[in-house]
Amino acid sequence: MLAFVVRRLGTMALTMLCLTLVVFFMVNLEPNLRKLSISQLDMRSSDEHIESWLQRNGYRDNFFIRYGRWLGVVQKQPNVNAEGQPVPRFSYCNEPAEPYYGGILQGDFGCSTKFKTTVAAKLFPALGATGILMFWVMATMVPIALLIGILAGMREGTRTDRSLSVASITTTATPEYVSGVIFTVIFASWLGWLNGSAASATGPGGITFSNFTLPVMTMAIYGIGYIARMTRASMVEVMTQQYIRTARLKGLSFSSVVVKHALRNALIAPFTVIMLQFPWLLTGVVIVEVMFRYQGFGYTLVEAAGNNDIDLLLGCSLVSVFVVLSTQLISDVGYAYLNPRIRVQ
Amino acid sequence: MQHEYVGTAQIILGVIARFWPVWLALAIVLIASITWKKRLGLYGQLFDTGVGIAGVVICLFWLFTAIFSATISPFDPLAQDVMMKDALPGAITGDGGVYLFGGDKLARDIFSRMVYGSRIVLIIAPAATAFALMVGITLGLPAGYYGGRIDSFLSFLANLVLAFPVILLFYLLVTPGIMDTPIPYSMAGVFFLFPIIFFSVLFYTRYKNRPERFYPQIAITLILGFWIYAGLVFDADPLGIISIRPNELNIFVAVVFASSPGVFRIVRGLVMDIKTRDYVAAAQTRGESPWYIMLWEILPNARGPLIVDACLRIGYTTILLGTLGYFGLGLAPESPDWGTAIKDSSRLLRAYIHPALPPVIALMSFVLGLNLLADALREQSLKD
Repeated sequence: MLAFVVRRLGTMALTMLCLTLVVFFMVNLEPNLRKLSISQLDMRSSDEHIESWLQRNGYRDNFFIRYGRWLGVVQKQPNVNAEGQPVPRFSYCNEPAEPYYGGILQGDFGCSTKFKTTVAAKLFPALGATGILMFWVMATMVPIALLIGILAGMREGTRTDRSLSVASITTTATPEYVSGVIFTVIFASWLGWLNGSAASATGPGGITFSNFTLPVMTMAIYGIGYIARMTRASMVEVMTQQYIRTARLKGLSFSSVVVKHALRNALIAPFTVIMLQFPWLLTGVVIVEVMFRYQGFGYTLVEAAGNNDIDLLLGCSLVSVFVVLSTQLISDVGYAYLNPRIRVQ
Repeated sequence: MQHEYVGTAQIILGVIARFWPVWLALAIVLIASITWKKRLGLYGQLFDTGVGIAGVVICLFWLFTAIFSATISPFDPLAQDVMMKDALPGAITGDGGVYLFGGDKLARDIFSRMVYGSRIVLIIAPAATAFALMVGITLGLPAGYYGGRIDSFLSFLANLVLAFPVILLFYLLVTPGIMDTPIPYSMAGVFFLFPIIFFSVLFYTRYKNRPERFYPQIAITLILGFWIYAGLVFDADPLGIISIRPNELNIFVAVVFASSPGVFRIVRGLVMDIKTRDYVAAAQTRGESPWYIMLWEILPNARGPLIVDACLRIGYTTILLGTLGYFGLGLAPESPDWGTAIKDSSRLLRAYIHPALPPVIALMSFVLGLNLLADALREQSLKD
């Protein structure tokens, strides 16, 4: 088991290295660098002006040296002005006056050109805000989905099963930008119960029922159908097993068979599905946060990508890739731990 | 601004009347399918269940809407009628036409835009899925069959793409700036090569000892393949029939790139399961070549799950296209596709809700139809 986890962690590190290299390459394409320099200077800058700005701030150095600097294996050189004085590249980020190692490996995420602060100061509060959103989404989505799946799979082929199955198919056909619009129309425009924007949730007012329900609902609904269908399939399979028949024949009531004998075994498969749902939730987070103007991770990612904020975008990709890969690892380890048949092997 | 309006009943009747070519085509296809149900194999069996019928009807409805969109839509989807800005459903225009679902903030007819939007979705989504299937199958077969180094390498690449959140991938791959770089074209050049390789190998393995069948088939594959290839990648179709706009190529490539690793994983899993069967061992004993076994023994036996997956994947691709439209990536800002329409209208939900509902319901119903179809197909293939 330990060797397995160590090997997986090695693959994970390699994957993250490759992916950040790809992202680094993409954000440093010529049109993207131009976009960045125009946003930092102004719209009518001449080509020479842009070129000299890129040159001065080190964007014209060798690609691999710059990647090494970001990673923290190559020294960052201070910026020197005409008089030989060191000046920081961006006035809003502190920068030592002598060469130093300052990259991801040293825990320095760099400097956000869009929000004019360090990446760490922007990214981690945003992650915290998204964490709260994710927590509430999970807290509503998982119980509801499991309940629907178990109720549907308990007695295969009945009317309850059919209608719940069609309902779950419908929710998997409703992406966040569709359900978000429908819910906003119903609950905010028409009934007026809830707030159609979550912008105030990150402000002084904090999270309230009226500004936070719509984002949570919108995100949860897309995942519910998928998890419910997996739970149903797993439940249906378990209910046909010999030991369930034995339990029924020895005279136990249907409900106690379901709760004591079937449930535990039926929940192994949904566990992995829930874990693998995280990459989807990341995309959902972006859509929902943009739609309801909630200042979290997704909103930050869109802003970073839209303005080609290199360090912030790299930080965002690192975080999201880390989340995806670690949930995969947890799902594999957890599956082996929960399923006795695999554990013995 | 004051408008004359028609009543709700007239709107409903008007919409039903505008869709007449669709009803006609649906009726013909459904009557024909039910009459010859027994002879139609898997497709015919779909008509045994309510879910199957619903799926087929919804999918065919949107297919015919896309085909006949020029006849159905009363107005040009891009034309603006200044008087009709934000007009409510049923408003009558100056020259006597009716904006059945009202006008949007740029005073265009929402009904026509919804109808034309189906065309964009129904061209790109199935085509991108088909390419993703080709890429996924061509790479997944050897990965599952040989295992070992090829498998580890290809699986690593697939996991690499899958570890990217889709939205980040799109923000990096579908930007206006990227069209100045050779990246989309080189990716298109690689992806569009896969169908040609696939069909060439397919015919070669089967007919290499029967030149009279092999040469015509390989000739047709290569000529057709490279004709389309030239048109799509280099925009150099000698006959000028096949061409694609740069931004559409960009979207197409990004969507294929995002969904082929998923196909790869499914194919790989299926192959690893099927290659232990007796008929594969029999073919190996006969001395068949590995690619013959993969393409003519394993692939046909994996078709059930692959068809189901293709259905679901078209739906997923539709959702991806909507996401692209929603974030304003790739598609032109005035494009009538559903995602762009949802983006434009969702910003104004406080003031007007009527522009948001038609594209939302259209997208949802089409994906729902595909999911129902996939569900019915899965049920049928489990029965066999």
